[in-house]
Formats: sequence, C-alpha cells, structure tokens
Amino acid sequence: MSRKFLSGNEAFAEGIRLARPQVISAYPITPQTIVVERLSEMVEDGSLSAEYVHVESEHSALSCAIGASAAGARAFTATSSQGLLYMAECLYYASGGRFPIVMMNADRSTALPWNIYGDQRDSLSQLDSGWIQAYAENAQEALDLALMSYKIAENKDVSTPFMANLDGFVLTHTYEPVDIPDREQADKFLPPYETDNRIDFENPKNMAFSAGPDTNYIFKFKEHEGVLAARDVIAETEKEFAEIFGRKYTGLVENYLTEDADYILVTLGSIAGLCRETADKLRAEGIKAGVVRIRYMRPFPHREIAEALKNAKAYGVLEKDISFGSEGTVYTNVNSALKKADVNIKGYNFIGGLGGRNISASDIEDIFDGISKGTSNVNFIGIGGDSNG
Amino acid sequence: MANTADSISREEYFYGHKACAGCGGSLAVRAALKVLGKNAVSVLPAGCMSAVGFNFPQLCFSNNSIISTFAGTASMLTGVEAGLRARGFKDFTAVGFAGDGGTADIGIQALSGAIDRNDNIIYICYDNEAYMNTGIQKSGLTPFGAKTTTTPAGKNIHGNIRPKKNMFEIAAAHDIPYAATASVGYIDDFIAKVRKASQIQGTKYIHVIAPCPTGWGVPVDETVNIAREVVDSGLWYLAEYENGEFKLNRKPKEFTSVADYLKKQGRFRHLSDEDIDIIIKSRDKKWEYIGKNFKFD
Repeated sequence: MSRKFLSGNEAFAEGIRLARPQVISAYPITPQTIVVERLSEMVEDGSLSAEYVHVESEHSALSCAIGASAAGARAFTATSSQGLLYMAECLYYASGGRFPIVMMNADRSTALPWNIYGDQRDSLSQLDSGWIQAYAENAQEALDLALMSYKIAENKDVSTPFMANLDGFVLTHTYEPVDIPDREQADKFLPPYETDNRIDFENPKNMAFSAGPDTNYIFKFKEHEGVLAARDVIAETEKEFAEIFGRKYTGLVENYLTEDADYILVTLGSIAGLCRETADKLRAEGIKAGVVRIRYMRPFPHREIAEALKNAKAYGVLEKDISFGSEGTVYTNVNSALKKADVNIKGYNFIGGLGGRNISASDIEDIFDGISKGTSNVNFIGIGGDSNG
Repeated sequence: MANTADSISREEYFYGHKACAGCGGSLAVRAALKVLGKNAVSVLPAGCMSAVGFNFPQLCFSNNSIISTFAGTASMLTGVEAGLRARGFKDFTAVGFAGDGGTADIGIQALSGAIDRNDNIIYICYDNEAYMNTGIQKSGLTPFGAKTTTTPAGKNIHGNIRPKKNMFEIAAAHDIPYAATASVGYIDDFIAKVRKASQIQGTKYIHVIAPCPTGWGVPVDETVNIAREVVDSGLWYLAEYENGEFKLNRKPKEFTSVADYLKKQGRFRHLSDEDIDIIIKSRDKKWEYIGKNFKFD
C-alpha cells in the first residue's frame, strides 16, 4: 500500500489502473477529463496494459466499450453531463446486452443554461437505463469503487454495467490523502474477466439481437433481476474488500446516528459529510438528528431506507436534482420505499446545489429546522417552496 | 486466384434470413462473408440486414455477429477489434455491413473517427439508395430525382432534389489505406475487393451498390441486371483508392442509355426529359473529373 495526495479523478484513475481494463475508450469532457488524461499516461509509461482508443464522441466511447465487452475484454470509459446524455442510447444498449462495462461519471449540471459545475441531474436522469449506479463521497471511496465496480458488474448473476458517480469539482477536483492498494492484492481481489457472453470462434454467437413481444419481456425481467442481484453481490464484495484491504463499506446506504434519530436527512454524494457535521452540532443542542447517505441509487435501497427511517418523526431528502413539474427523483424513490414498508412519517424534499451552487452548513441547519417544524413538500434552497405547496 | 462466385466458399454464413426476394444487400453480405470466412466478426447496425437476420430465436449468422446502434457500426467495430486483439486473437476480421443511411447519414461521424484512427477493420456500405428497412425514405445517398416516401414526386417537386453524397471520395479524403466502389452486378469485382481489403492493414472502406427491388420498383429477378446497368450507363463506377491514388477499374467504351436505366424503375418513372438531361450532364461532369484524376490501366 502507498499513500498519495490525489484528486477524486486521479484516485479513480488509480483504481482503474489496478482493475486492469483491456480496452479504454476515451473522450474528454469537463470535469471528467483528468481521468482519461491520467489513464493515457499510465498506458504510455507501461504501468497499464490497455488498448487506449481516442474516440470522436461519447456515443462512440460507449459503443466502442460495448464492442470490446462483446469481444470478452474488460472495458472502461468515463464521461459527464452532456456527454452522458449524448451516449444515452448506448447506456440502454450496454445494459440490455448485459455487458459489465464500468464508466465513471463526473456529476455535472445539464444545459441549458450551460454550466460546467456539479449537480446530479445528469446521472439521475438515467436511473432507468439499467445500470448499477453508485455515488462516492470522497476520493478514497472513489478509488475503492473503481476496483470493486468490476467485481460487482462482472458477477455472473449480475452481468450489468456499472456507473460510478463522483460529484463534479467538489469531488473530482478536490485533493485528499488516498491509500492505494498494492497491485498483488488488487489482482488477488479482482481476477480477469470471464464470461460466456462474448464472441466465441469455436461456437459463434449472434449477439445484441431483436426479441419480439413473445420473448422481449423475459429478457427485461432477467435484466431487472440482474440489477437486483447486485444487492447481495455488493455486500459480498465489500466483505471481501474489507478482508483484503481493511477498509469497510456499508452496502447500499451509510447510516449516521439514525438509530435513535427523530429527524433524518437522506442525501447522496459529497454533501453527506457536511450533513453529518450538522447532525453532530444539532445533537449537541439536544436535537436528535441523523443522516442516511445513499451509496447506490440502483439497485435502490428500499429496505435499508425504510429500516433507517421507520422510527423517526420526519425526514428530508436533499438532492442536486429536480424532475421538472414533479419533485426530486431521489425523493420520489425514498417515498416509494417508505410507502411499501408502511412507514408513514412526514417527509420533505430539498433541492440544492444546482449548477454548482454552494450548499452551506447553515443551509443544512435550515433543512433540519424545516424537517422538524414542517415545510413545503418541495423546497428550493435559497428560494423556498414550489407552487405545488 | 480467380474471383468468380465459384471461387469462394460453399459454406453459408448468412442463411435462412427473411430478406425480400431479390435483395441486393443480402447478396453483398453473403458474398463478403464467404470471402472472409468463419473468423469474420460482423457488426451490423439497426437496418435491413439486422432486421431480417437477428430475430430471436431465429438467428441466421453462422459466424460471430452483433447488431450495433444505428450510429455505431464503426465505433463498435473498433471496440470488437481492440477487444479481441487485447485478448490475444490475431486471426480474425472485424467487418461492418451498414446501409446507405447508416453510413452516409447517422454513422458518418463514427466512420470518420475509425478511419482517422486507422483501426484495422473493413467497413462495407451496402447502398440501396434509401432507408429501405423503414419503408423507403430519402437518405444522403438517394440519387437525384428518386421518388421515396419522404421525397414524393409531384407537380412541384420531382422527387429528391439533391445528388448522392460521394462517400467513396469522403473516405479517401481521410487518406484511408484502401477504399473501393463496387456493385453486386459485378460480383467478381466485389469479391476481389473484399479479398484485397482483408489483406491490407488499417481501415478499409468498400461501397457496394446493392439494388432493392422493393424500393427501386423493379422485378425481383432484375437485381443483378440493374446493378450492372447502373455501372454500364456511367451513373456508378468501379474504382479503388490506394497509396494516395484513385484507380478506375472499368471504363465502358460507350455508356448504355441513362433514360432506359431510369425508366425501368418505379422510383424514376416520373422524371421529365429535362430531369434526365440534368442526370446525364452530371454523369458527364463526373466522368470528366474521373478522366483527369483517376488512373486507368
């Protein structure tokens, strides 16, 4: 193990080097660009043996990765924002074909208005694309996710592509000390990719075919089951990761002081740290605050969220996203989880951080205040409730 | 080696599909795969050949084959080639079969990228001059005057008002290692070009005219004849680009009648004498250019 001072992007690239992808299709976009730059340097200096393909667009980036995965190779690409939207067709293609590609997405605002800063509207708009979606909080988790992602995605029961999300700039460009595992240990943790879902010269295959009304829904059911199978595989993978590398992760969610909390804030990504600090401050003032950090949006932690929130008096969902004309998508998902589990407590949605706008500690104190006293259903931080009331 | 239809394999790699009777595209795919053999890996975008060949559980390719996204023929070829090479395979050919719309319209960006990278792939455009799979809509390779379901022939507008995009010379402008035009009407020439392409390192582009009786409005047993006539009348030409030079492969001593070629097809039947005159002038201008810029042995 070695320790380096790295940005989130660089940490993720280090994790990818350890995962030994065989084909990397690279296209730049702020704030992801540093990932493909670092990987090109690793290929140049020989520390990563991969075919590095300079594609001419994000659509081709993912199309190329799909071709490589169909050839049986471990494939990697990375993108952000407009790039993710531009390749959207290929997202569905990769998941439907059950190709376990790993892609890093630097979460960034979507145009219009143009904006290069971080929010989560890009990846959350693709929740239905059939990919596993993880959200890292810090650079260490980003590196560890890079390594774990292939093991989860390539599991035969899962066989699903994996999108690892890092908050643009706040995480992609922020430097932290990061522990980098040894190559031998990484190889022990992550063996080479093996699959039957690939080109085979002994028994040639027709892949990525059409399926009509009689069979299409069966493939879709299996695809759904594949993503759901990731629940157990994530738990097993994190257990093995902890045994080898000593760092523990907590599955689909990470709970903080939720056991006896009256008021719980559910969120995701790098803002979770500030939420926990605020919870600490409120606890010191006698308010029982807690935080649930969603680590995986797909598979969605229905049971875990219901379990964490069932004894609370009220909850809030803080997200960098809005589904116009409705509410934040994370809020919708959380409400569904609670409804199914018969957890009937008040909940409020807090939309913040759009286009990179800062969310301050006092904003989060205000959010907890809103949760405890009651507020509008959907609140834009700094503006107020929407016209839906 | 002779390059006649008899010289290629008796093995069938594209068989049992449900293409229309007389389909020129399926003829091109069938012949090319016979040349490239069992270690060809075909990539086909959404389009006629994938629609007729890839319907689970009726899958008709006996070599490894995969459908790509409509825009992604070339980029998926790149990935397949890189992935197989990364896994240590050497004896294989990554070959794409895309239609005219999939190539000249939605797929041109990915194709340009692949040629720019000089990826070791063969890209074959089977050109039936419209979006035939979706019901005969105009593509960038629909010729001037052709009636399609989006370029109706009426009193005001006589079908398509624009000439074909010149994909062969667009590919050549990348200084591609090998590009060629062909026609399923001259299958020996097409077979020779596929064979030649398979022996060249880097990106290869072959543009083969493949008539669609359904869309062109000709009898189903006229595919090969009409594919010869388009060459004989000078509206298409057989050529190659290699080592920075254009070479003409076939020079008709005298062109056959353009009017005859056009009038036997439903899609051109509405053309006026003035329209036909525009087509003849445009042909002559092209041949003047070919005479100045293409070698001919």
